[in-house]
Amino acid sequence: MDTITTCKLLIAPLIPLITSLLIMATGKKPNLRETCIIAGALTTFATVISLFPHVMHGGTYDYNLVTIIPGISVKFHLDGLGLIFSGVASTLWIFAAFYCIGYMRGLDEHAQTRFYVCYAVSVGAGIGAAFAGSLFTLYLFYEIISIMTYPLVMHHQDAEGYAGGRKYIIYLMFTSKAFLLPAMAITYVMCGTLDFATTGVLNGIFPATANPLLVTITYLCFFFGFAKAGVMPFHNWLPDAMVAPTPVSALLHAVVVVKVGVFSVCRIMLSLYGVKLLQDTGLGLFTAYFVSFTILCASVIALTKTNLKARLAYSTVSQLSYIILGVAMLTPNSITGGLIHIANHAFSKITLFFAAGAIFVATGKKDISELGGLGYRMPFTMIAFGLASLSMIGIPPVAGFVTKWYLALGAMDIHNTILLTVLIASSLLNAGYFVPVFLTAFFGDPPPGDTATGSLEKQPLILFMVVPLFITALISVMLGVFPDFLINITKLMGGA
Amino acid sequence: MEKYLILNTLDYPILSLTMIIPVLGALVCMFMKNETALKVWGLIVTLITLAVSIPLYTAFDATTPLYQFVENRPWFPAINLNYVVGVDGISVLLVLLTTFVMPLCILCSWRYIKTRMREFIFVTLLMETAMIGVFVSLNTVLFYIFWEGMLVPMYLIIAVWGGPRKDYASIKFFLYTFTGSIFLLVAIIALYITTGTFFIPELMDHTYPFMFQLWIFLAFALSFAIKMPMYPFHTWLPAAHVEAPTAGSVILASILLKMGGYGFLRFCLPIAPAATMACVPWMIGLSIVSIIFGGYLALGQSDMKKLIAYSSVGHMGFVTLGIFLLNPEGIKGAILQMINHGVTTGALFVCVGLIYERTHSREISDNSALGMMMPLFVTFFGIFSLSSFGFPGTNSFVSEILVLVGAFREMPVVGFLAIIGAILAAAYMLRLLQKVVWNTSDGHAHHGDDHGHGDGHGGGHHVLADLNLREIGTLAFLTFFVFWIGFYPKPLLGMMDVSVNHLIQQVNAGMACAPTAALDHFAMIKGIGAKIAGM
Repeated sequence: MDTITTCKLLIAPLIPLITSLLIMATGKKPNLRETCIIAGALTTFATVISLFPHVMHGGTYDYNLVTIIPGISVKFHLDGLGLIFSGVASTLWIFAAFYCIGYMRGLDEHAQTRFYVCYAVSVGAGIGAAFAGSLFTLYLFYEIISIMTYPLVMHHQDAEGYAGGRKYIIYLMFTSKAFLLPAMAITYVMCGTLDFATTGVLNGIFPATANPLLVTITYLCFFFGFAKAGVMPFHNWLPDAMVAPTPVSALLHAVVVVKVGVFSVCRIMLSLYGVKLLQDTGLGLFTAYFVSFTILCASVIALTKTNLKARLAYSTVSQLSYIILGVAMLTPNSITGGLIHIANHAFSKITLFFAAGAIFVATGKKDISELGGLGYRMPFTMIAFGLASLSMIGIPPVAGFVTKWYLALGAMDIHNTILLTVLIASSLLNAGYFVPVFLTAFFGDPPPGDTATGSLEKQPLILFMVVPLFITALISVMLGVFPDFLINITKLMGGA
Repeated sequence: MEKYLILNTLDYPILSLTMIIPVLGALVCMFMKNETALKVWGLIVTLITLAVSIPLYTAFDATTPLYQFVENRPWFPAINLNYVVGVDGISVLLVLLTTFVMPLCILCSWRYIKTRMREFIFVTLLMETAMIGVFVSLNTVLFYIFWEGMLVPMYLIIAVWGGPRKDYASIKFFLYTFTGSIFLLVAIIALYITTGTFFIPELMDHTYPFMFQLWIFLAFALSFAIKMPMYPFHTWLPAAHVEAPTAGSVILASILLKMGGYGFLRFCLPIAPAATMACVPWMIGLSIVSIIFGGYLALGQSDMKKLIAYSSVGHMGFVTLGIFLLNPEGIKGAILQMINHGVTTGALFVCVGLIYERTHSREISDNSALGMMMPLFVTFFGIFSLSSFGFPGTNSFVSEILVLVGAFREMPVVGFLAIIGAILAAAYMLRLLQKVVWNTSDGHAHHGDDHGHGDGHGGGHHVLADLNLREIGTLAFLTFFVFWIGFYPKPLLGMMDVSVNHLIQQVNAGMACAPTAALDHFAMIKGIGAKIAGM
């Protein structure tokens, strides 16, 4: 199908920005402000969804905003990969918007207007990155996200918050300046342009005559430069960023921020280098092995964490690498597995974080050992947590199973038993750190002195949190039972 | 002579007019007494100058490398000396930068200058004439007169309205710059004796013996390197910046530093091309040292003005790096970097001046946690800080990526070294921004309402007023340029395109007379770069 030029690609990221201005203007009236947020989230969702049908039928959208210097321009291009990411981000923003109300009001947090402004702009920049049609556009939105999430990480403005924020910005800025900037410059020198290839995933923009050494160097620069992907050794900012309020951890550090990193790496692999070049140079397999280390290592670290959010953070580090692993194996099956995990992980992980936040607001508990008996006081929360855990472990019929099925198929396609072993081992590790949480909540004893009983889920503010998290858990199940929709989208990007 | 020139296409002498208006304004203000009237008069004069200079942008013909808006009048025929002024794609933007920055200098002195207002306006207006003169002179004598003419007004601005150590700073500034200009004068005389002309385009067309070129190059380069300032001649800059009043810092950072870069492009490259080639490794080496050393020193400063001053050393390193890469991307990036540095660093100095008027301190620790009290100020300050370290979408990113592309095209190693400077820039600007916006030292939480009216200020100062309308206007004006150049630099790059290509042709043509030995190590370095790049 054909390519349509439409400024909708510009409007969709702009709506959150306009929302943020409205939030600023209505900052003094909390009810009105939060109405604006929900309206903004719904409008964004509607705009993004309106782009689906055309792309699902094999078409693309295009919009060239401005050319800065020849070959470097702000332009948008929407294809299957962008569709998955923008769809996920805009859908989850709606749930997160309701959840935020419960969380921020429940804890009576300070500086809520600043919080909501930064939150909205970050989501908008995430959608902008999804629509990016050139490396420069991607970089632009990537950096806006870094800057706008920085105040969110430091939100509490205490020593811990400052330390986390400092680490956050140092990791992200250092990697982007030290690796992305030279990589972009060298790419421009070699290719004369920073626009992504739009002719499918087989061929990238690098000319056949390009020096293999330089191609490798730039690839590694890109790979490490997008540190938001959380690939070791540049993953350490993520656990420390968990000092942020839980809605930030949930939407941003489980969905928008880290997914932008992963999305960028996938984009680089599929639209800048192309499957063929990565296969010829062996960089695909190198990437697969490299992220395998992250998958296993982060899972092992997660086992040692007793703080619920810290465990979830390391689980995120591990799960993100599945996505890269899938794309890096460079077979149709594995690419499908990797790309659908962008959505599967998002819905499951946001449920887990939402649950952790709801528990914190309702009971003030952060540690896994304190959760004993909580399953009876917050049944919906813990059931949702359980379902999302099953997804992370990869048990049917929840979404994560589909991912692992396709990843395993991909590993078998290239006859690689090492990668297959990694997948099996990491599933066991996932089970190792998620099952105890669930078991403690339903079968553990309450901590000594904690004798309160009765449901905690009846207060209105808690309901603002429990309802969204239960719905996202149900969506996780739906994605597992009816994976066709997502798989059809991945077909546009060379998936099976 | 005419073959180098397009005579003025407008029906009035636009360049002379932009130079004469400030002088006339200065003369009139000698007879004024009321301080407010003086300030308003200064603003009016600079705004008129800005308005008069606008046709330089709109009527500029970007398709020719020749000099435009030229006025050529006999002056001192006995020694073949004419009054000749004109602009090409390299200088026109710098003239516009000058006329654009001067009204802002008056605006940012509104409350800062408390004594001798008449003299201040007088000197500032004279300064404007001299600065425009430097960029438009097509005659070495005229150039030298204006070049020296800037020295005294600038000295006075620092020495009269400066801070506590103004004597030390102003004398250091004077001595450094004056030493440089002596060498400039020697070179100008030597060129006249050899060729019998002061006319710059003719000087460019001459072919000189290699050793002569080398000496000329060194004399010019020393003078311009001091002005830039390039490591190791940079030590006057932090002193001058710290002590100068806000307007002085802005003039210094936005325009005076650019004269070094302009000088390299106008004199060193076209007049001594072979010597330029031979010196490229040294100049690039010094540029890299400036970039890294400037950034490194900026990281350790506790005085905001000093921090920005050292950051200027780093930014100017990018300019010289771009110039001596001798490829179109590098030189275009360098010229754009000069404009951008003028906008961004000028704006940062204005910001620091605004804080100083409120807290009477430039120490970062005295000015922390302003985020809650001055949200507007912090927004502007944030934008300029991001622009300063080359955030995508702001002006500096465009020039930085151009210089980097130029570097990676010629010698990737140099590119990677320059990246270190980019990392340092992000580090020191974010450090400054974090400390000014948030307070990270005491670590206690600020629990206020949403717009927290000064409930938690770790700096220990009283409630500070946010920006007023005049200040918002000044900064908004600059912000507009940050984003305009950041997203749409095409018009500016288009204006310099042809002139830059012409300059590179001149350099390549002049290389022929260089002894091969001198070029060998240049070729070697370039060859290694090309081999790595596989191009």
